[in-house]
Amino acid sequence: MDNKYYIVLLALVAIIAILPLAMYSGMGEDEGYFGGADTSAGTVVEETGYEPWFNSIWEPPSGEIESLLFALQAAIGAIIIGYILGYFQGQAKERRRIEKEVKTADGAENTRPEN
Amino acid sequence: MHIMEGFLPWQWCLLWYIVSLPVVAYGVVQIKKITDEHPESKPLLAVSGAFVFVLSSLKLPSVTGSCSHPTGTGLGAVLFGPAVASVLGAIVLVFQALLLAHGGLTTLGANIFSMGIVGPVVAWLVYKGVKKAGWSPLIGVFLAASLADLMTYVTTATQLSLAFPVPTFSAAFVNFMWIFAITQIPLAIAEGLLTVVIFDYIMKLRPDILENLKVIGPKIKEKVQAVV
Repeated sequence: MDNKYYIVLLALVAIIAILPLAMYSGMGEDEGYFGGADTSAGTVVEETGYEPWFNSIWEPPSGEIESLLFALQAAIGAIIIGYILGYFQGQAKERRRIEKEVKTADGAENTRPEN
Repeated sequence: MHIMEGFLPWQWCLLWYIVSLPVVAYGVVQIKKITDEHPESKPLLAVSGAFVFVLSSLKLPSVTGSCSHPTGTGLGAVLFGPAVASVLGAIVLVFQALLLAHGGLTTLGANIFSMGIVGPVVAWLVYKGVKKAGWSPLIGVFLAASLADLMTYVTTATQLSLAFPVPTFSAAFVNFMWIFAITQIPLAIAEGLLTVVIFDYIMKLRPDILENLKVIGPKIKEKVQAVV
């Protein structure tokens, strides 16, 4: 797959993410939009009269701290992916360079001494 | 797909732990075996784990008006098999249960079952099927990752309906399916697309590792190398 198709696929992902924002533009959490599905399921369970028997041992004290930890989670993942794929990219580039050199060296064998 | 802390009766918590733990243990053994046999695949293991970290932290809006997140376990399942992906999923779920109050320790077994076992097994089976049919590995990866994502949420809906069949199992199931699975459809497609991009990039740079892991056959490796 050519690199330019990556942009097409990533653009599709962006559209999928943006479309709901456009559909429910102007609506917010107060109108019941864009809440988490996990929480909605929790509400349904509580409506059956069930009471949770255990609470989280630690909860992020505020939305700010929660977003900090989410960002940290994404950052840990992103840095590992970036580092390793960048390393692979460098390896591939070097491999191609060596292959090219070998080829030119083969072609010019008579004129250049091998070292 | 996180069932919140304390939101399953203890009998169900126990059951899902009993089902999930052996799979995770087997996955740890598999990781040891695969990295011993193919030490060159270690960086890809890290990438697969990191991919789960990134994707499961992205809470995206969906057309139903609520937010949910992809799982990212499809990549690891396609590359290393479902048991290894279970371990990767379990690590992320522990992180989220302890630090983010997402999911929980009591419901960890249930959440590992949906995200770390059902999803990866689906991904692995779908990818194998597409490979056998002789289709492009990219189609295989797309279908594997999307269906793994979707089936993870179907599993969560099933788990909750089993524990809370109020008024009946099927009524509860429809309700939970609406909350989880319908919301998840567009996100599953997004996850499929993202997984295709990263898989294709890996395939271009290191087709040799994918061949060693028997993810792609020698023919596809030749083709990829000819293009690059």
